[in-house]
Amino acid sequence: MKQERILLSHGSGGKLSYQLIHDIFLKAFKNEHLAPLNDQAIFNLSASRLAFTTDSYVVNPIFFPGGDIGKLSICGTINDLAVGGAEPLYLSVSFIIEEGILMEDLKMIVDSMARTASHARVKIVTGDTKVVERGKGDKLFINTSGIGVVKEGINLSPSLIRPGDIVLVSGSIGEHGIAIMTHREGIQMESQVESDCAALHELVKDMISRSNGIRTMRDPTRGGLATTLNELVISSEYGMLIKEDDIPMKEEVKGACEILGFDPLYLANEGKLIAIVSKDSASAVLEAMKENPLGRNASIIGTIVSEPRGKVLLETSIGNRSILDMLSGEQLPRIC
Amino acid sequence: MCLGIPGKIIEISDIMAKVDVAGVRKEVNLMLMENPGIGDYVIVHAGFAIQKVDEEEALETLKIINDLIL
Amino acid sequence: MKYIDEFRQKDIAQGLLEKIHKISTKNIHIMEICGTHTHAISKYGLRSSLPSNIRLISGPGCPVCVTSMGDINRILGFCKKEKDVIIATFGDMMRVPGTDSSLQEQRAMGSDIRVVYSPLGALDIARANPEKEVILYAVGFETTVPTVAATILTAREKNIENFSAFTLHKLTPPAMKALMDSGELDLHGFICPGHVTAIIGANAYRFLTEDYRAPCVVAGFEPLDAIHGLYMLIKQLEEGRVKIEIQYKRVVTWEGNRKAQKIMEEVFEICDSNWRGIGMIPMSGLRLKEQFSDFNAERKFAIGEGVNEESGSCSCGEILRGILTPNQCSFFGKTCTPETPVGPCMVSSEGTCAAYYKYGTFNF
Repeated sequence: MKQERILLSHGSGGKLSYQLIHDIFLKAFKNEHLAPLNDQAIFNLSASRLAFTTDSYVVNPIFFPGGDIGKLSICGTINDLAVGGAEPLYLSVSFIIEEGILMEDLKMIVDSMARTASHARVKIVTGDTKVVERGKGDKLFINTSGIGVVKEGINLSPSLIRPGDIVLVSGSIGEHGIAIMTHREGIQMESQVESDCAALHELVKDMISRSNGIRTMRDPTRGGLATTLNELVISSEYGMLIKEDDIPMKEEVKGACEILGFDPLYLANEGKLIAIVSKDSASAVLEAMKENPLGRNASIIGTIVSEPRGKVLLETSIGNRSILDMLSGEQLPRIC
Repeated sequence: MCLGIPGKIIEISDIMAKVDVAGVRKEVNLMLMENPGIGDYVIVHAGFAIQKVDEEEALETLKIINDLIL
Repeated sequence: MKYIDEFRQKDIAQGLLEKIHKISTKNIHIMEICGTHTHAISKYGLRSSLPSNIRLISGPGCPVCVTSMGDINRILGFCKKEKDVIIATFGDMMRVPGTDSSLQEQRAMGSDIRVVYSPLGALDIARANPEKEVILYAVGFETTVPTVAATILTAREKNIENFSAFTLHKLTPPAMKALMDSGELDLHGFICPGHVTAIIGANAYRFLTEDYRAPCVVAGFEPLDAIHGLYMLIKQLEEGRVKIEIQYKRVVTWEGNRKAQKIMEEVFEICDSNWRGIGMIPMSGLRLKEQFSDFNAERKFAIGEGVNEESGSCSCGEILRGILTPNQCSFFGKTCTPETPVGPCMVSSEGTCAAYYKYGTFNF
């Protein structure tokens, strides 16, 4: 009998587990490292500096406009490597599946991961699957870890930031947050906004090859642009001045935020990066970004300033200044 | 005190309407409105249209403000 | 005309601010009663761009902040003992601390608490969970009241028997009157709330001009509206005029929304109400009328009492009354932050403390 849903037995290590691994995971992720189904992947790396990262993905709903939890789990880890200047190479994936999820859904997600990884030219070389009882998970959790190599001469760090440096963002913000939010129970909005979920390592490569003036990069995921900008200066001797009008944003994202009482600067992004670059290299980096489809709407949004230390100032759309703080708590639809 | 945003009614069916805010569409309830019509802008609060937005008055306010700063 | 960007134009905003500087000579104390104004004023950094002789005092216009500790503790106590119901509430209420927990913490401890965007969302939850009782826990001023009233009328019409409401609605004008009567504040004029007034109409403020000789301007919430409203009020005060003026004419009329008022009156009746920081204000609250008992959660369930005590020396009360500014509270920014709020003014995005904290009081 063909199983339509994931059962507890799929995680018990017996025949069903074997079938699941063969029919779904191996088929999709096929490569020479994974094929032997060893307990570990063994590979050679020709670099002395490695980047290593891990992230867990829990998102509700697991399918959303512009992506799914699978695509997200590959792009997210690639991006965490990429913004450190690393070239991503190998990933591990680990699934925690809630009993009862449709086999078809799992297959779609796994295929989406495989497509994303192959498109990004990274390999999924090791993995794990666990199944938990219904009610003990939320359909599907995915953890991915990644290894990348950092080429000689590439050194990115917030400690390199200096007053006068320029702050860039690679495109319009808030789309992932809105794409997820509009499909949550009880909110129901119709919008064309899709998650910006994308792997950014090619964009980073283009930027780095064009200029050596890049100080540091981050991807503004949870907590949004505002939180990430704060993280960059909070422990530094410098501050940041951001111009609200220069932050790229789709009209629909603004509209959805008006309706829900959200601030788009705190919405998650999954395919955007922030770069801080020396003043001299700003136009070259911006140009390189704009030439890549994922950086088409890149924009200079601010500068590093010497005062106030550790804070981000926002020049608001009406020309006044206020402090732009980190996100506190989650944004919830509000009446006031 | 009360978040309210202007949206344009693009569809009405019984007491519900579809309202457009910068390309995003949301269902709102019209029970509190007197004679709502398609094309009207309304203030939306907590899923309800609570008042019409008067275009003439809006233009008038903008004119007053513009005249002030001349 | 989209009614948003037109009212956010930089050059005009700066022009209006300059104009205010030109006409302003007197020391003037203005209360913005509404939390949405407090939020907008902080967000757009308006406080620091006004002349130093203009003092903006934030009033008790955030429904979350004025809900009494006793009422917050009541619902929290109920959540603790009754795990079988679904509580539906607005996002604003989730993090408000009671004496020993918050709804957010109750949810973590197993209560089924759901955030709704609209009170109608509670009806949807009730329909989807016919075996469960669903309680809408609603706060709000006159803008929100008709939406809750309409929801209750809908529940009656559609016979949704597993739905009821626990409402803590409050009325704005009686609170303004109480503030004037207290004599604690030296207030010269009010910026009145645009959306409350869209429902109740600007005539509701007659008592301010007639009994208290306090001019007021009903303003909208976009930056140009707020600045223009301030300009109109300062001009009145400079010229010694005492009038009710409407800045937000595109939405606010003298009579308000009659249909919404009727629906509100059909479902609710006026009662005394306990305001955090102010205390009992006669005729300042609303309760469900007798004929809606079936939808009154207080009739359906034993919600019980709650202790009405403030947490130590938290100054929310004084801040809500406009006597202290947030940075005069000894907890502000130290033990009390948006992550670990001691009082409600730090929780709600409209709370005076949250607005001051989030957007800073940095001197540019």
